[in-house]
Amino acid sequence: MSDLMKDPLILRQIIMDHYEYPRNHHLTEDEHYHKVHMASESCIDDITVMARIEDNIVKDVCFDGVACTISTASTSIMTELLIGKTVEEAEAIVKEYYKMVELLPFDEELLQEAIAFHQVGKQANRIKCATIGFKAIEECIKEHKHE
Amino acid sequence: MFEVGKVRQDFPLLKKAGESSKPLIYLDNAATTLKPQSVIDAVTRYYTDYSVNIHRGDYDLSYQVSDYYEKTRKTVASFIQADVNEVVFTAGASASLNIVAYGYGEKYIQEGDVILSTESEHASSILPWFRVASQKNASIEYVPMTEDGQITIENFIHAMHSKVKVVVIAHISNVLGYVVPIKELTEIAHSFGAIVVVDGAQSVPHIQTRVKDWDIDFLAFSAHKMYGPTGIGVLYGKYHLLDSIEPYYLGGGSNARFDRCGNITLKNPPYKFEAGTPAIEGVLGLKAAIEYIESIGFDAIEKAEHGLRSYLIHHLKEFKHIKLYNPDATSGIVTLNALGIPSQDAAIYLNSKGIMVRAGNHCAKILLDVLKTPDTIRISLSFYNTKEECDAIIEALREITLEKCIDLIF
Repeated sequence: MSDLMKDPLILRQIIMDHYEYPRNHHLTEDEHYHKVHMASESCIDDITVMARIEDNIVKDVCFDGVACTISTASTSIMTELLIGKTVEEAEAIVKEYYKMVELLPFDEELLQEAIAFHQVGKQANRIKCATIGFKAIEECIKEHKHE
Repeated sequence: MFEVGKVRQDFPLLKKAGESSKPLIYLDNAATTLKPQSVIDAVTRYYTDYSVNIHRGDYDLSYQVSDYYEKTRKTVASFIQADVNEVVFTAGASASLNIVAYGYGEKYIQEGDVILSTESEHASSILPWFRVASQKNASIEYVPMTEDGQITIENFIHAMHSKVKVVVIAHISNVLGYVVPIKELTEIAHSFGAIVVVDGAQSVPHIQTRVKDWDIDFLAFSAHKMYGPTGIGVLYGKYHLLDSIEPYYLGGGSNARFDRCGNITLKNPPYKFEAGTPAIEGVLGLKAAIEYIESIGFDAIEKAEHGLRSYLIHHLKEFKHIKLYNPDATSGIVTLNALGIPSQDAAIYLNSKGIMVRAGNHCAKILLDVLKTPDTIRISLSFYNTKEECDAIIEALREITLEKCIDLIF
């Protein structure tokens, strides 16, 4: 495991930064976007993720809504990770992220800043928060494939 | 004489917590309350000593358990100061509220009528009436609240008019904990010809209920919020109203006769609303819960809960980073936020200290427009909570930061 991952101060900084200044934090009226609304029954999380997928490339991902720190930061990181990737690459990243959340061995290179959540699986009550944005983009990709 | 240390010995979870080094500080009593041993025993006694159905058998055991079941109805009636045939056993406050909305709405609500409610109502109270309004082309209106979220007599009078047929209101809001002046509101509503449906889920466990004195038309509450079992509750209704409305569902036990042509003769209230085998153990547990509450007494309960609340508010109002939404409420509900920290993160931080509170919108989604925040932390007290437990949450809220909340995942 890299030194970076062992330093909670750096990981916390990544999460704080994405929570306080979430990236791609807006929605669009553009009809070319897939739109997935995720609302948790058991907590405050209520977010919408939108994605434009063209020529097998994830051209843009954005999100908005009310959510806790972990949901907001993880979804923000997800948008940065996936923009510009091919659909297959995006799927691989999502799959790798789930592996990490399940505390299984995973590829750090693929997940970049998302490794801030590498311990989240130990907190059962936060797994939902850490995966809400990834679940949403998964739905967007599924919708795209069904078109 | 009320002694919290002694009372806590009655609750197995609290007793166990007292013997363990790991704190268990339960401050989510508006969601559900812990159960005393006497309630647990009443529930298990049914399965151990009776186990048979009520109202059906010609055998001794059924006779005995039926008698016990009907005695509970008397206990409930005397507890809320109603007549015994005005007490319907239901699956809980939500079921009770649905029975009223369906029965009364179906029969009496017409196009253009108005159902008057408030923006602090629980989903269980208002959603059944949303459906009535949409099916009958009636509309829902809301009593305007004061800036701090209270319903005043003055605002209520302004909101009342001759089209209002039903007033749906919680005696104590589960978000802000204000006690509404139910007797006065009912008198005003009646003067306009409207009936009053009261959600008593948060009030019945904490203050003496007087349905006759207040003259309310319907009252719904759940056993599990008053130290009783889950899955059982009560609908009180004035007898002539219960008699005039149709039950939400039909089945065995609720009918006296039926024939192959489809003619049904229903039993009289309350039995016509009790089709199917009920949660018998729940009813017997409810009896034990009421007896437990009465053994402590509402004077002691109110005094204890009010004392704890004042203590909390006194300390929390000193913290600049804590926003209190209802410092002046008189029930045991304290609603707040730690500024800059989503309520859920804060609640999870409190959990790391063994403190259980509720974060979110508390099933009252429209109130958030009044509070100007999407969600809050709710502390809800019971007489079995202690000053030491209050100190624990005061300390945790004193030192809480966003960084500490995030660090919990490392």
